[in-house]
Amino acid sequence: MDDDERGGKLMDTHLLSIVTFMPAFAALILAIFLRGDDEAAGRNAKWLAMITTTVTFLISLFILFEFDPNDTGFQFVDEADWLLGMKYRLGVDGISILFVMLTTFMMPLVIAASWNVNTRVKEYMIAFLVLETLMLGVFMALDLVLFYLFFEAGLIPMFLIIGIWGGANRIYASFKFFLYTFLGSVLMLVAMVAMFTEAGTTCIGGCELSLLTHTFGSETFSVMGVQIIGGMQTLLFLAFFASFAVKMPMWPVHTWLPDAHVQAPTAGSVVLAAILLKMGGYGFLRFSLPMFPVGSDVMAPLVLWMSAIAIVYTSLVALVQEDMKKLIAYSSVAHMGFVTMGIFAANQQGIDGAIFQMISHGFISGALFLCVGVIYDRMHTRDIDAYGGLVNRMPAYAMIFMLFTMANVGLPGTSGFVGEFLTLMATFQVNTWVAAIATTGVIFSAAYALWLYRRVVMGDLIKESLKAITDMTPRERWIFAPLVVMTLLLGVYPALVLDMIGPSVAALVENYTVALDAADTAVQSAEATH
Amino acid sequence: MISADLNIILPEILLSAFALLGLMGAVYTTKDKTGGLLVWLTAIVFVALAAWIGLTGEGTRVAFNGMFIEDGFARFAKVTILLSAAAVLVMSEGYMKARGLLRFEYPMLVALSAVGMMMMVSAGDLMALYMGLELQSLALYVVASLRRDSVKSTEAGLKYFVLGALSSGVLLYGASLVYGYAGTTLFSGIITTAQSGNVSLGLLFGLVFLISGMAFKVSAVPFHMWTPDVYEGSPTPVTAFFATAPKVAAMGLFARVLHDAFGNAISDWSQIVALLSVLSMFLGAIAAIGQTNIKRLMAFSSIAHMGYALMGLAAGTVLGVQAMLVYMAIYVTMNVGTFAFILMMQKDGAPVTDISSLNMYSKTNPGRALAMLVLLFSLAGVPPMLGFFGKLYVLRAAYEADLVWLAIAGVIASVIGAYYYLRIVFYMYFGEEQSEQLDNSRGGILGGFLIASALIMVLGIANMFGLEGAAAAAAGALVN
Repeated sequence: MDDDERGGKLMDTHLLSIVTFMPAFAALILAIFLRGDDEAAGRNAKWLAMITTTVTFLISLFILFEFDPNDTGFQFVDEADWLLGMKYRLGVDGISILFVMLTTFMMPLVIAASWNVNTRVKEYMIAFLVLETLMLGVFMALDLVLFYLFFEAGLIPMFLIIGIWGGANRIYASFKFFLYTFLGSVLMLVAMVAMFTEAGTTCIGGCELSLLTHTFGSETFSVMGVQIIGGMQTLLFLAFFASFAVKMPMWPVHTWLPDAHVQAPTAGSVVLAAILLKMGGYGFLRFSLPMFPVGSDVMAPLVLWMSAIAIVYTSLVALVQEDMKKLIAYSSVAHMGFVTMGIFAANQQGIDGAIFQMISHGFISGALFLCVGVIYDRMHTRDIDAYGGLVNRMPAYAMIFMLFTMANVGLPGTSGFVGEFLTLMATFQVNTWVAAIATTGVIFSAAYALWLYRRVVMGDLIKESLKAITDMTPRERWIFAPLVVMTLLLGVYPALVLDMIGPSVAALVENYTVALDAADTAVQSAEATH
Repeated sequence: MISADLNIILPEILLSAFALLGLMGAVYTTKDKTGGLLVWLTAIVFVALAAWIGLTGEGTRVAFNGMFIEDGFARFAKVTILLSAAAVLVMSEGYMKARGLLRFEYPMLVALSAVGMMMMVSAGDLMALYMGLELQSLALYVVASLRRDSVKSTEAGLKYFVLGALSSGVLLYGASLVYGYAGTTLFSGIITTAQSGNVSLGLLFGLVFLISGMAFKVSAVPFHMWTPDVYEGSPTPVTAFFATAPKVAAMGLFARVLHDAFGNAISDWSQIVALLSVLSMFLGAIAAIGQTNIKRLMAFSSIAHMGYALMGLAAGTVLGVQAMLVYMAIYVTMNVGTFAFILMMQKDGAPVTDISSLNMYSKTNPGRALAMLVLLFSLAGVPPMLGFFGKLYVLRAAYEADLVWLAIAGVIASVIGAYYYLRIVFYMYFGEEQSEQLDNSRGGILGGFLIASALIMVLGIANMFGLEGAAAAAAGALVN
């Protein structure tokens, strides 16, 4: 073996770790070597962050090209021994690869969108770089505790981002964000300890002993007189559900999201909407469905109905909002309702649709928050009433805002359509009523999105304060360009995503049905022997 | 025979001799001028002893017919005690000197209490237990009131003394009951009498009184009342000392008594310890919310942390003891760093303890604020800091011992507790600009301890510096 080959091997086996920790490493360099608080230091921090996130994206692009979608196992696995007999393990499969891509894709845009930040720039960039590492870690971790580590640690930079660079009511929002999500996930921690003890491993998949192949007990038992159908699996499912539902967020535990979104700086809102919210959906796909199939099956009707309520209710709430960011935040909750609906329809179309919806929502909601950011930077208000007739002064802005409003509504030809359509179709096969109610949500979403657009962009420009407003700068246009391309590309050619995730989702669905059948047979044979 | 026994307790003898010689020497020479020198000397002796004990000891050796046990568990606890005591001593030098408190008695009393603590974790007999406990406590009563001209400091010392004497009485009463019903004071004798499900009522009462006495020393609820006042009143370096070494010693003693003397009756004490644990976790978390004085806040924080350590103990398994030891070692490291930070909180040279004075500290001193941020999140048990792993260990131990309710209670308490740590972060990072700022003097040794402690919290997650294996060996030596 010559040196080149060995070098290639080394790169291959540690590629994921390199991608994951490169931003954190850059943050470390910033923290140690960058002195001073002046403009020059700020500019250096911005450029270093920009270069790092771009290089991270390029490396992850390389991973995407090397990735084999037909292999449903984990690829690029990077492994080392760790504490408590656990292993440090990173890897990607068809389900996680696109989330990794979404993260690395959005981060350079987020940094670019923060170019106007001028208070404590160094700390700002450090927080975002660390956050990127933690988000990537969540999507790549193949060890239960490692996953939890990244999942929870992400709260710290986000807490600081909201609290330091946020709006007027940032203290309340940051505390609510932190404590709400922390409370949600500590129950998951107990469940993880339980899984560790029951299965004797924390490896998620691909080890000799792994949680994905372990069957957790599903015999019904009763605790203090309460019958728990699905037994252990249902309890574990509920513990994980507490965490992921808050993170998602699902109705009725979504109340932290509007606060956090409104108070967070633009870049913080973008990261929150585009990436952090996806952790909940990813968690359902990585843990809840494959590890607790019986528990998922027992709870699926509840989740479906909660999703339907979320879609209709939050769409209605969005209608009456006066704050643009709050409106988009509620619309995010509604769109996440489609995701949970698709996931718990638990068939190929549903899960395909859910993943597609998450990716596409990442682009669209990120872009919408950026749209708000553009005019907020100019007018320093998010009140819908403060605007009107922007099209007269900002034609390019009106165009872009239009595109993403339409995508948010789910207009065919944009990526928003595919996800909604697939999830609705899948749910229709499982629960017609839920699908029917959710479809009305699509109409409501058209109502609030178009109304928002009308009030902000259309009409005559009568407000004095808006007379001098300028259209988007080239920098702002460049930030939107990739998002526009992705939204349209995925809208007309969804196979780009679906081919990538297809085999892994098929395997997931098959394992799920097999596990359910096996549990059924076990119950029947137990009844027969009685 | 006696020489073999003496050989086993040689570290304790040497340390006692050092303390006595130091006292004599200082009295006959220049008195307080030697204070600084003695502090450093004592710290060096502590570190040397820790290295000696940690590196050379192996196996289990018993001295004085079982009264003194030198095993892996004792060694682990002793190394932790000595190292943390040395760290706190070194940290206190500057503070004490600036306030004229650097009397030569201070390091000597700390040395004597360290002897008591080493005795406690090695006790194999109720007499040895009491001897170690009292030696430790008496020395601590005095250092609590080291600042003689301060009402709060003398009050702290007196309060600690009165309540401590009460708890000693309770403990002695328990010991006498145990002796009466077991017929022996040796742990190895008691364990054969106290068989699970077959513990006589008198013995059970004795056990409960013993536990109460020890719960006072670890400041577990409902025996915690002294903690906030003593923490607040004592000079800050002394508070730092209270929060570290004695807690490890008391927890070690707790484990020693429960497993060596009552290891066959786990079901009889597990629920009591679990109750202490859950009460401590919740009271520590809730009562700290309203605190504005950072020393009182740390007092409640340490009460909550003792609750988590007790959770490991309540499991009654090898893993439980291992988890407790890991937790205590991490706890001590975090506290050393946190108190280094508190010692640096000064305005115009005078110590400040109000947390609102930290307003926008991150602006004036970003490095220290960042280190403190790491420590605070670690104290709150938020991953990826090492503090989280401490919690993970105890949760796992509790779950495996079928104490699921305790684990759930523990994580919920940790969310409540997170609030007050976040509040300090809030002051340091989110506050409003204000004109009056804390002094921004050079950190020196204190800054070093703060940074080192924060770095350990972050870097330790790779392999905990071998702590896991050492704690496993120590726990294996205790529980068999």
